[in-house]
Amino acid sequence: MPELLIVGGDLVDESGRRRGDVLVRDGAIAAVGEGIGDGAAAGPNVTVLDAGGCIVAPGLVDLHAHLRQPGREEAETIETGARAAALGGYTAIVAMPNTEPAIDSPGIVREVRDLAAGVACEVLVAAAITVGRRGEQLSPMAELAALGVRLFTDDGNGVQDARLMRRALEYASGLDITLAQHCEDEILAAGGHMHEGEWSSRLGIPGIPSEAEEVMVMRDIALSRLTGGRVHFLHLSTARSVALVAAAKAEGLRITAEAAPHHFTLTDAEVAAFDPVFKVNPPLRSRADVDAVRAGLAAGTIDAIATDHAPHAPEVKEAPFDQAPPGMLGLETALALALTELDLPIEQVLGLLSWRPAVIAGCRADHGGPILEGGPANLCVIDPEAAWVVEPGQLASRSRNTPYAGRKLKGRVRHTILAGTPTVRDGEAQQ
Amino acid sequence: MKHLLSISDLGADGIDEVMRITDSFVEVSERAIPKVPALRGRTVVSLFYEDSTRTRLSFETAAKRLSADTMNFSVSTSSVKKGESLRDTVETIEAMGIDAVVVRHGSSGVPWQVAQWVDASVINGGDGWHEHPTQALLDCYTIRQRLGSLEGRHVAIVGDIKHSRVARSNVLAFTALGAEVTLVAPPTLMPPSLAGWPVTVSHDLDQVLPKVDAVYLLRMQKERMTEALLPSLREYTSGYGLTMARSNLLPEGALIMHPGPMNRGVEIGADVTDLPNTVITKQVANGVAVRMAVLYLLLGSGADLVA
Amino acid sequence: MDPDDVRRAITRISHEIVERNQGLAHVVLVGLQTGGVPLAGMLAEACHRIEGVEVPVGTLDVAFYRDDIGLRPVLPEAVTEMTFDITGKMVVLVDDVLFTGRTIRAALNALNDYGRAKSVQLAVMIDRGHRELPIRPDFVGKNLPTRRDEMVDVSAQGVMIGDVVVKP
Repeated sequence: MPELLIVGGDLVDESGRRRGDVLVRDGAIAAVGEGIGDGAAAGPNVTVLDAGGCIVAPGLVDLHAHLRQPGREEAETIETGARAAALGGYTAIVAMPNTEPAIDSPGIVREVRDLAAGVACEVLVAAAITVGRRGEQLSPMAELAALGVRLFTDDGNGVQDARLMRRALEYASGLDITLAQHCEDEILAAGGHMHEGEWSSRLGIPGIPSEAEEVMVMRDIALSRLTGGRVHFLHLSTARSVALVAAAKAEGLRITAEAAPHHFTLTDAEVAAFDPVFKVNPPLRSRADVDAVRAGLAAGTIDAIATDHAPHAPEVKEAPFDQAPPGMLGLETALALALTELDLPIEQVLGLLSWRPAVIAGCRADHGGPILEGGPANLCVIDPEAAWVVEPGQLASRSRNTPYAGRKLKGRVRHTILAGTPTVRDGEAQQ
Repeated sequence: MKHLLSISDLGADGIDEVMRITDSFVEVSERAIPKVPALRGRTVVSLFYEDSTRTRLSFETAAKRLSADTMNFSVSTSSVKKGESLRDTVETIEAMGIDAVVVRHGSSGVPWQVAQWVDASVINGGDGWHEHPTQALLDCYTIRQRLGSLEGRHVAIVGDIKHSRVARSNVLAFTALGAEVTLVAPPTLMPPSLAGWPVTVSHDLDQVLPKVDAVYLLRMQKERMTEALLPSLREYTSGYGLTMARSNLLPEGALIMHPGPMNRGVEIGADVTDLPNTVITKQVANGVAVRMAVLYLLLGSGADLVA
Repeated sequence: MDPDDVRRAITRISHEIVERNQGLAHVVLVGLQTGGVPLAGMLAEACHRIEGVEVPVGTLDVAFYRDDIGLRPVLPEAVTEMTFDITGKMVVLVDDVLFTGRTIRAALNALNDYGRAKSVQLAVMIDRGHRELPIRPDFVGKNLPTRRDEMVDVSAQGVMIGDVVVKP
């Protein structure tokens, strides 16, 4: 493996910002410092990556990606999803367990890990809380935790049964794992296809009230208080959800939360053209909710930006709005959206995308840590000023369902380095 | 104008123009030979994903009276049953060389999607709970025929507003033409938000009826009971049905309207339909002329109606 | 033509209509929207003065019968009013200006939908030439050679080409 020299960038990590070059050898950071790359020339044993004008940061970590394999390979595979992730600056992504079959047993965890071997991004497997994600019986959590699974979720559905959720939290508290909840009361939300409000009323589309999310946020805060269990709230979308989480954190409960890029960039008004590309769950909410999610990210109430990358094949997504499956692509646009849309210092944006989600995912030893000699060489190099236009046909994902087609964004990944090897070089995927 | 998807595509001026052209087609419809050659050689397809014999026949009659060729894509006997996607169906039909497609679908927004995929003109024949623009146009025409104008008139729309495409299109059309609109329904049958709707709301039909120039009753669907929106049909009728006794609260000359099909004895008393101010069959008759006007404006006139 | 010229032409054409049809017993007048409608009314008045007979007058809009539908904006100008049956009648179509003949072709088709006339005759105030179809008028106020691109306007106030009043 040739040495890698990342030259001319600004290093940004949890400890702050400084100038510095990075030398990578044998999958680890061999040296960090200003001027160590001076006069370096590329050779058979040295690859030089130009980071001029760029930020060099720990690789990004996504808590929430649907890679569709096994079961929906026409929409995405682990390989294509990982490539999309690398192009988005990620070195680790959490694969959600709502595959077909669901990831709810050691055998399927191993199968997914086998499929993920050698892809462009580390794939951390999340497992289901209940068998088949049916919300009836706990999955073998201890066995799965022993395999290294750190996040459990029935995502796509919330665990509806409060007693079952309580038991899951109690059981989990002995295993050093986190339960991640998709907050949605299915009876309140039943039949809904977009945010319930002014636009759903005007467009004649059945709505999902904000309260369908909020009652489960409330319930799980109460259950966390009851059990002492660790709860991570997936894709929070409403102003009151953010406020509830803020209060729970102030109380000292073991609560974390994420928000998806579309919930801080798009409102329910987008549905007016009836394009199912804007259908997602939780749905795009009102302007006030979008503002609250932004404020929650700025204040740190929301710990992480997670993509909820949800590929769907065109023939499935191009259905009538109320028949189309919810979900949008996210891996290749999340960083640029955060840089373009959030009025936050880049250190804070990267905290939301890298070191804070790395803690929640339980992979902080390998991802998101400070850029130090001896540390793992999982890095991304970001040109924060690079302007680009989202073109669905250019994305590495197997699907095309991005809601940002034609949108001008600022900030792009120049290089991504996974375990010392470039997975993206000069904006091009390397495998 | 290429498509008629929403009443808001027309605006007040556009609605007025449709009304004016409709006058000419009402005259055509009254002739011994109610047919003109205006759309000879054009093909109009009705693509109905929902059963609605009345609307489909009204459009097909309109097209035939304009000498257009009509095709009826019947979903129940077609490839759709074999799992063909909406887009594939639409593109297949378009490949046959058509000029307009009338789309009726149970999902809101489908005509907008179809308009993205085809070059032909798309006419919204009713989408989900969203809009039914030709129904609103024929309702406007009927009111103008009897009351002269909608300007300053007061119309009450009564019933299941929440699930009604007719209500949504009529609110847009009536208010565009200067009418005051009051929505009357139990709170569970109102849309969750009325922000931006230029209407007043009442839950007391008896208070509203003496003040209106027309009362527009919506069809009450029986399945609403299973969704916990209403305790019973009987309770709905006692609060919101236009019984004979209630119809006496209407001012002299106030119109009674209904888009059909009616549930007699539920939203409208069985004998109320015989009152002289009940214009329900007039609405149906005007439907053909209004749809002729729409087809002619989209396919024949070459005129640009954009408001 | 000034107003008096128009009036005199109307009187003359009325006499010709009476003469051609041996009275007015089976004659109906149909004015084409919009220019022919006032002229048809004036002819009916003149006929009444001459014969003391009320000649039925209808109006016809030919928008839906035109052969340039879809090529340019074609909207009906007004509602057709044909309150009588034309079957067996001598129908006199009345228009202000006869030009290419296409409007008359459309009017003949439209008339078919109202019944089978015994005969159809054509009265125009101005025949400006440039025919594109084998159609000729039966009664003419004035033959007026024009260029194709000129506008001709007929009213009770006279006949205008561009904005010049045409003198006989």
